[in-house]
Amino acid sequence: MKNFAWNRSINRFSGLSAHVALAGALVCSGFSVYGAQRPPATADHSKFEALQGPFENAQEVTEACLGCHTEAGEQIRATTHWTWTYEHPETGQTLGKSKVINSFCGMAITNEPRCTSCHVGYGWEDMRQPPPTADNAVDCLVCHDTTGDYWKFPTLAGHPTYTPREWPKGSGNMVQPPDLEMIAQNVGASGRANCGNCHFYGGGADGVKHGDLDSSLVDPPRSLDVHMSPDGLDFDCADCHTSWGHEVAGSRYQVNAADTLGIDVPGHTDLSRASCQSCHGDSPHPQQKLNDHVDTLACQTCHVPEFARGGVPTKVWWDWSTAGRLDEDGQPITEYDDHGHPSYLSEKGDFRHGENVVPTYAWFDGTVKYTLVDEKLDVAHPPVEINRIEGSPEDPGSRIWPFKVMQGKQPYDTERKTLLATHVFGADDSSLWSNFSWPKALKAGSEMSGMPFSGSYDFIETTMHWPITHMVPPAEMALDCASCHARNSRLAGLPGIYMPGHSGNIWLDRVGWLLVAMTLIGVVLHGLARILLKGREKS
Amino acid sequence: MSRVMIYKRFERFWHWFQALLIFTLLFTGFEIHGTYSVIGFGEAARLHTLAAWALIVLWLFAIFWHITTGEWRQYIPTRNGLFAVMRYYLIGTFTGESHPYRKTTRAKHNPLQRLAYLFFKLMITPVIWLSGLLYLFYNDWPVTLSGALELETVALVHTGAAFAMLIFIIAHVYMATMGPKLASLIKPMVTGYEDLEEHR
Repeated sequence: MKNFAWNRSINRFSGLSAHVALAGALVCSGFSVYGAQRPPATADHSKFEALQGPFENAQEVTEACLGCHTEAGEQIRATTHWTWTYEHPETGQTLGKSKVINSFCGMAITNEPRCTSCHVGYGWEDMRQPPPTADNAVDCLVCHDTTGDYWKFPTLAGHPTYTPREWPKGSGNMVQPPDLEMIAQNVGASGRANCGNCHFYGGGADGVKHGDLDSSLVDPPRSLDVHMSPDGLDFDCADCHTSWGHEVAGSRYQVNAADTLGIDVPGHTDLSRASCQSCHGDSPHPQQKLNDHVDTLACQTCHVPEFARGGVPTKVWWDWSTAGRLDEDGQPITEYDDHGHPSYLSEKGDFRHGENVVPTYAWFDGTVKYTLVDEKLDVAHPPVEINRIEGSPEDPGSRIWPFKVMQGKQPYDTERKTLLATHVFGADDSSLWSNFSWPKALKAGSEMSGMPFSGSYDFIETTMHWPITHMVPPAEMALDCASCHARNSRLAGLPGIYMPGHSGNIWLDRVGWLLVAMTLIGVVLHGLARILLKGREKS
Repeated sequence: MSRVMIYKRFERFWHWFQALLIFTLLFTGFEIHGTYSVIGFGEAARLHTLAAWALIVLWLFAIFWHITTGEWRQYIPTRNGLFAVMRYYLIGTFTGESHPYRKTTRAKHNPLQRLAYLFFKLMITPVIWLSGLLYLFYNDWPVTLSGALELETVALVHTGAAFAMLIFIIAHVYMATMGPKLASLIKPMVTGYEDLEEHR
């Protein structure tokens, strides 16, 4: 535990030096508060001889890093960030990016140099093999660059570009090779932009995948994220996603859906802060009635009222079945919706995007089960659940959580009744994005991955659940009671809860109001009769 | 005829404060129930809880008062004259008969009132309180209770009792206008004094 704390401190200290160097004059003014929050560094990486360069490529920087941080490479290679596999302790499934299929681009395999551009290493070009084993294949810079100039080029299996290179293709925009010496001398703790390099751009572009993670979180206003905003607490991702020997806390495969440990006390608890409760405890509200909700609701359910709130849309519908349509000249088509978001691409099919999306709510115990590529589908009852979240009202470990539910249509094998590996990327004669032919792409996907394919395919509707936990606004922007305690409730239809204002017994109400009405009518008639008869009496 | 103090100062305070609290509770309660949306669920729930606690405190004082003054005897039910009173409200009031009951300071409620108020005190109110407190402290139920009772049951009982309360109020308010003049019966509840034919 001591080691852990020490490592973290070092990360933080070194991070500061870089931030300070870059922030320049700002440090003396507005950012001085920031400086006060992070302790000063004990090491200035620009003074290290090993980091003076010159570096031919990024692996040489890694070698320099490992010269001092002797265990870091080994540590990284033990993490999910490296292996892209995850043995699920509850379901027994082998998950991870190398195994699962999602409802965005399907599987990573057969699309390696593109998908593995987000691997925390260099040169994983064939996912049938494990990641490269060389010590210098670990990418330190993607997580520890503080200059913002280091960028894993999207098609180079994890490498930055070493020659000027155009991106996006056909845009005329040239990406220059990074200044590796400068970057190496300014390494530090991982900031929001480091994690965001990959996690904000999952699914192929900014904000596409998660809905609660996109580039708006690099410098979010307080109203978007009270924790991460420089006007708020200026948290880095790692402030909550603590790490232990480079193993980062917080998993989407096995979520800590109900953290009952409460406030994380070093030396006493699990040293993981990837839950609201690890800082806020389990009775954070001054009002007891609000605290009474914590055994039913995840914090996020009220405190993340909407996602994709930062001006970056997230994809909510992706229909792959329409991909491949070309214009009269045989050229790929791009169409946009009213908001200027792409609604059709020949490469990818039809999309719908959403901003300020109201989550879908469901009971969740943290366990996520996947429909893996070899699993038989119930094709008679679509949609296919690409992943299934487990949990129920009876289970004390379950809470009602907010989710982004991604929907769309994906190819499946009509004979084998399984999902299919999709070969979408590659400058070859079979990839979907170059050839616009599903039969070719699916055949190639099967041949290259070794996963069987009968040759006949169709598209089936799918759904995928993404737990929502980021983009927490200040408390005053949390949901009000009536968002749920109302006829038109956000939680309408969820089993196992009686919500005043929403629930009730229609017959009790009918009988009750009938009796009230009868009483009213009775007294009105009685009163009228009194008035009338009294009047007659007098006359 | 003599002018006598029929409703003591505490009794009047109790009655009107209770009336205010019950109207507050009904208004906020049916908002919480989802019947309408005026002040918002959160505010309604806050006020409802506050008024409920105030009413409970008021009742503790009232119970103490009833016991120490012996006024609880006013609510002992009797069949003696009950049907005459019922007949008056159904027929006599229209034909110009006078009220068959002669109230005294020691028996200021007619037999029908005694029954109605006793029902209010021993049935509606305890049910609404018990269910309300169970509702309020739902999260703190001991395991034995949470295993045997559903929140929904408690909520439905509470709502049912609220309807009974509303019906009681409607009838009570109306019958309060049934004196010789519209305000004849209400005035003593304000001033405390009523002109009675005392026959001791």
